[in-house]
Amino acid sequence: MVSPILPLTLDGVELRRAGRRILGPITLTLGGEGISIVLGPNGSGKTSLLRCMHGLERLSRGSLGWNRADDQVRARQAFVFQTPVLMRRSVIDNIAYPLRLDGVPAGRARRRAADLAETIGLAVTLDAPVQVLSGGERQKMALARALIRAPEVLFLDEPCASLDLASTAEIETILARARDAGTRIVMSTHNIGQARRLADDILFLDHGRLIEKGPGPAFFVGPLTPQARAHINGDLLP
Amino acid sequence: MNDLFDGLGQALRLLVTLDADLIEITGLSLRVSLGATVVASAIGLPLGAWIAVNRFRLRRTVIALLNALMGLPPVVVGLVVYVILSRSGPLGVLGLLFTPSAMVIAQVIIVTPIIASIAHQTIRDLWADYHDLLISLHATRRQRIVTLVWDARRGLLTAGLAGFGRAIGEVGAIMVVGGNIEHATRALTTAIALETGKGDFAMALALGFVLIALAIAVNLALHMLSGTERSSRW
Repeated sequence: MVSPILPLTLDGVELRRAGRRILGPITLTLGGEGISIVLGPNGSGKTSLLRCMHGLERLSRGSLGWNRADDQVRARQAFVFQTPVLMRRSVIDNIAYPLRLDGVPAGRARRRAADLAETIGLAVTLDAPVQVLSGGERQKMALARALIRAPEVLFLDEPCASLDLASTAEIETILARARDAGTRIVMSTHNIGQARRLADDILFLDHGRLIEKGPGPAFFVGPLTPQARAHINGDLLP
Repeated sequence: MNDLFDGLGQALRLLVTLDADLIEITGLSLRVSLGATVVASAIGLPLGAWIAVNRFRLRRTVIALLNALMGLPPVVVGLVVYVILSRSGPLGVLGLLFTPSAMVIAQVIIVTPIIASIAHQTIRDLWADYHDLLISLHATRRQRIVTLVWDARRGLLTAGLAGFGRAIGEVGAIMVVGGNIEHATRALTTAIALETGKGDFAMALALGFVLIALAIAVNLALHMLSGTERSSRW
């Protein structure tokens, strides 16, 4: 039995750019299972928090530790960016790429990519260049690429930011299925409806600080801070 | 104007009759320039990619130097290679002076900075797009470079073609280290210089037209082989 990479512990994590603090200090433990939704207004540090957790940013202060401290930690996480990164390859080769990095032979990697594409409902010509995909299909492709290694933790940065309702629903179905299969999901969104539908717990950020954390249903019924209440109600704040 | 038409006519005549001398010097030009381009690509493409994806001290200086070396004066390169390969030079023992190998060496020095510089620019742009993904997927440094070189292959082909263009049209360096020896180191460009010096402008122009046709043919052939203009595929 391989030991899990969770829990993830953030201790006084701070991120600064050009002398300006854009995140933190944040102290937090991420464990268990389910979907954590990161909420907050623009510039509150949602993306920065996800990037710090995934190791894409060098911390200015504080520390971050996983349950394991080996190479497997990065390989067992995946990240879906707000704007999908389209590699100059076919759809199927984009999805299969992480397996190719792991040394899986091309034929086997492509077969697994094709199976996964079918499972998540990516009904496109898989040999076509990825640029022909629509916005929703691109995000599904990025999700498939992230899921192909069966990650233990999946980070998503506003994956439905520019998608229509139908594509959003499809992405949410895929995420719910991944959660049920045991993948721990941490996702930022501006969509309050989506947060209500998916959140097992909420991390609410404001001006780079984690000001509220708790179970999703309780957060939406009775937020503890005026900022969270205003955010849920869609109030315009100065 | 008459010289131009005479040159064109003579070029056609040389081509149609498969003139033996023309075939020989065209073959040597192709061998030397393609050989130099292949060697320079083998050095320049990974070098450009490595500089694009790594941060190190003096990186900016290296990039500036690489860009500056794109304008290396061929005659000076030829002179330096001549001194190194001459009997009293450090590599004189190899006996390479006035051979096609010496011409290839000189052209590799001229062409490598061009290929490396264009490759660096191409890969740097792609690296900006791929950076977060490749870091996120835990790609090793070698895997990153292989991925970038493969996915940027169209742009890198342009780098190679730019290098070949410089090599096939180069005269100063190969004249100095090759010596323009008939049936040994005479290439199209050095033959043009010789015929011009002799006052045989029609022949010089004929060789010039062949040279231009050759450069265009190689470019078209490489584009067709790599499928650059097939927009539906990478």
